[in-house]
Amino acid sequence: MVTLLEKPATFPGGLHLPSEKSRSLTEPLTSAAIPARLHVPLGQNIGEPAEAVVKPGDKVLRGQLIARSLGYISAPVHAPTSGTVRDVGDYPVPHPSGLSAPCIVIDSDGEDRAAETGLQMDRVYEADPADIRQRVRDAGIVGLGGAGFPTAVKLNPGPDHIVDLLVINGAECEPYITCDEALMCCRPDDIIEGIRIMRHALRAKQVVIGIEDSMPNAIECLRKELERVGETEIRIVAVPTRYPAGGEKQLIYTLTGEEVPSQGLPIDIGVVCHNVGTAAAVARAIHHGEPLISRVVTVTGAGVARPRNFDVRIGTPIGDLVEQAGGYTPDVARLLMGGPMMGFTLNSDRLPVIKTSNCILAASRAEAPDPPHPQPCIRCARCADVCPASLLPQQLYWYAFARNLEKVQDYNLFDCIECGCCALVCPSHIPLVQYYRFAKTEIWDMEREREKADLARRRHEARLQRLEREKKALEERRARARKALDKKPKAGDADAKKAEIAAALARVKARKKETQAATGQADGGNGDGN
Amino acid sequence: MLTAMIAIGALAGLFGLLLGYSAIRFRVDADPIVDQIDALLPQTQCGQCGFAGCRPYAEAIAGGEADINQCPPGGEATIQALADLLGVDPKPLNEEHGEHGEKMVAVIDEQTCIGCTLCIQACPVDAILGAAKQMHTVIADECTGCELCLPPCPVDCITMVPVKRDISQWKWPYPEPDHPEIAEAGK
Ligand code: SF4
Ligand code: SF4
Ligand code: SF4
Ligand code: SF4
Repeated sequence: MVTLLEKPATFPGGLHLPSEKSRSLTEPLTSAAIPARLHVPLGQNIGEPAEAVVKPGDKVLRGQLIARSLGYISAPVHAPTSGTVRDVGDYPVPHPSGLSAPCIVIDSDGEDRAAETGLQMDRVYEADPADIRQRVRDAGIVGLGGAGFPTAVKLNPGPDHIVDLLVINGAECEPYITCDEALMCCRPDDIIEGIRIMRHALRAKQVVIGIEDSMPNAIECLRKELERVGETEIRIVAVPTRYPAGGEKQLIYTLTGEEVPSQGLPIDIGVVCHNVGTAAAVARAIHHGEPLISRVVTVTGAGVARPRNFDVRIGTPIGDLVEQAGGYTPDVARLLMGGPMMGFTLNSDRLPVIKTSNCILAASRAEAPDPPHPQPCIRCARCADVCPASLLPQQLYWYAFARNLEKVQDYNLFDCIECGCCALVCPSHIPLVQYYRFAKTEIWDMEREREKADLARRRHEARLQRLEREKKALEERRARARKALDKKPKAGDADAKKAEIAAALARVKARKKETQAATGQADGGNGDGN
Repeated sequence: MLTAMIAIGALAGLFGLLLGYSAIRFRVDADPIVDQIDALLPQTQCGQCGFAGCRPYAEAIAGGEADINQCPPGGEATIQALADLLGVDPKPLNEEHGEHGEKMVAVIDEQTCIGCTLCIQACPVDAILGAAKQMHTVIADECTGCELCLPPCPVDCITMVPVKRDISQWKWPYPEPDHPEIAEAGK
C-alpha cells in the first residue's frame, strides 16, 4: 500500500528550466469571445473518435450532444454554443501531422442558449460510483492535462483494485504554460468540489494535490478553499520545481517514493492521477450540468502582445485568441500548440482549440531557434543523466536510428514520456525525441499491419474451409443425385406399372359397370318384356 | 567433494533424461516452423510468390523448395524477418515475382458493376459483398490488395487505390540525418 511521504522524494534526472510563466499571469483569467464559426473535431481524445449525430442545417443548443462516443475508450462531443450546423466533414485539426480529420462546423447564432443536459446530480455523495462515472462519460470529459484519456475510464479502477491514493496533478511543470495555475487561483471551488466527487467515485482512501512550489498563490487559493468548505482530508503538497515534476509517474514518485512499473499504470500500485482542470470539469458537469465545451488555454510567448489565459470554447480558432491577446508582435516566428518542450508546431492559426489544447505559444526566433545542425553522438551520457524515466536515450536513439524496432523496445522505448530533456542537453543537437516518436508510431503501424495480416489469414482459412465444405456438399449432392438416378428408372417402372395396372383395372371396372348397366337394362327389359 | 560431484553429475543426468523425455512426450504436432514462417508473411494471398497463397509458400520455404525473396507485398522487411528466423543471409527481392509497392485497396465502381459475382469468387479473403445481379462493394478493412479480383471482372469496374491513412494511423517521419557520419558514429 502506498503512503504519502513526509518529505517529497527526488525523481531521477530532470532539468531546471527558465519558467517564463509570469508573463501570462499578469492579466486575470477571462472568457474569450465566442467566435462566429467553430470547428469541433470528432476525435479529441485518445481512443475512438466520436460519431456525429447531427447533420448540416440542424439547430443546436449549447451543451447539446453532437457526436456520440463509439466504444469504451471514447468520448462524446457537445455543441460549444448555440447555432446551426454548417457542415460535417474533414477540416484541418491541430495535430503534428497537419492532416485534416472529421469535424462538425457550427455557425453561432450569438445567443448562446443552453440545452438541458440532465447531467446534474443531487446528493452526489450518496450516489453509486457507476452513476457518477456514466455522467462523467456523458459529459465528454477527458484528461485536460495531457493526451486526453477519457476520464470515466480512469474513474473506474475495476473490481480488483483498491485506490489507496488519488493524486491531483497541479504541478504544471512545462515552461510558459499557466492554464492550471490560473484555474487554481480563479476557480478553486470547482477544483475542490471535483476532487471530492472523484474521491467518492473512486472510494479513494487518501487524496493529495501536488503543486510545484513555484506557485505559492495557487497553493494558497486551494488551501483557503479547503478551509472554507471544512475539508480536512485533502492534503496539498508543494513539490520541488523541476521539469518534468508534473509527469504522472514523476509526480507519483515525488509524493510516495514508489515507482509505477515499466509499461504499467499507476493503478498497479493503487494510485490514480487526475489533473486539476479535469477535476474542475467534473464539478461543472455534476453540479451545473455542463458538459466539457470549454477549457482554459494559455496564450503566450514573445510573439503575442499581451500574454494571458482565456476560458475558451472548444472549436474557437487559435487566431481569434491571439487577436484577443493583443495580436502578434513583429517578433513572432513560430506557432506551437503546447509548451516549448512537448508542444508541436502548427502551420496555421485557423486551427481550432480542442479539449487537450493547454497552451498556444507564439514564439519568437530567440524562443524557438532553428535546431542546430546535428553532429555525431559523442557518447557523453548527458542524455542518460537527465532522463526522468531512467532510460538510456543514446541506446534508444541508436536503435531507432537503425530502425531496429525490436531492440528499441528492449530498451523500454514506451516508458519514454517524450519530455525532451535528453534532446535539450545533447551537445550534438541530435533530435532525439523525433527518433523516439518515429520509432513509436512505426511500431504501432507494424502492430496494425500484423493484426490486419492475422485477420486476412483467418478470413482466408475460413474461405478455404468454406470452399472445402461447399465442395463436399456438392459432391454429396451429386452422389445422392446419381444414386437417385440409378434407382429412379426402377422406381419409375414400378410406379408406371402400378399406374398401368391401376389404369387397366379402372378400365376393366368401368367396362364391367357399363356392361352390367346394359345387361341390367336388357334383363329388366327382358323381364319386363317377359 | 567427490560425493558432491557425483551427486551433481547424477542430477544433471537425471534432468537431461527428463528433458529428453518431455521433448518426446510433449512434442507439438503441427510443424512449428511453417507456422513461424507464415506468421511473418503479409497474408495478402496474392499468389505472386508462385504459390496458391501465403501458407503454401511458407510450406515451400520450410521444405527448402522456395527462396525467401519471392514475396513482393512483404518486400525487404519480410525478407529480413525470414532471414532472421531461418538464420540465412537476406537477399534482394526477386524481381521476377513483382515489385514491392504501396499498400492498395480495391474499389468497385458501383455504377458500372453488373453484379456478375465473378470477383467474389476470386477474392481470397471474402472481402467483397454483394449478391447476383446486385452491385458489389469491397469491405476496405478486409481487402488485402491482392488484385485477384481485377482480371475476372468482365466490365473492368474494379480499380486499386492507395490505402488512405487517417490521422490515427499517421506516422512520424524518420528524421533525415543530413550528415551521413551520424550513422557511423551512432554505434
Ligand atoms: S547527449 Fe547526445 S551526444 Fe551525449 S550520449 Fe546522449 S545522444 Fe550522444
Ligand atoms: S524524452 Fe524520453 S528518453 Fe529523453 S529524457 Fe525524456 S523520457 Fe528520457
Ligand atoms: S506473394 Fe507474399 S503475400 Fe502474396 S501469396 Fe505469396 S506470400 Fe502471400
Ligand atoms: S477485394 Fe480484390 S484486391 Fe481486395 S482482397 Fe479481395 S480480391 Fe484481393
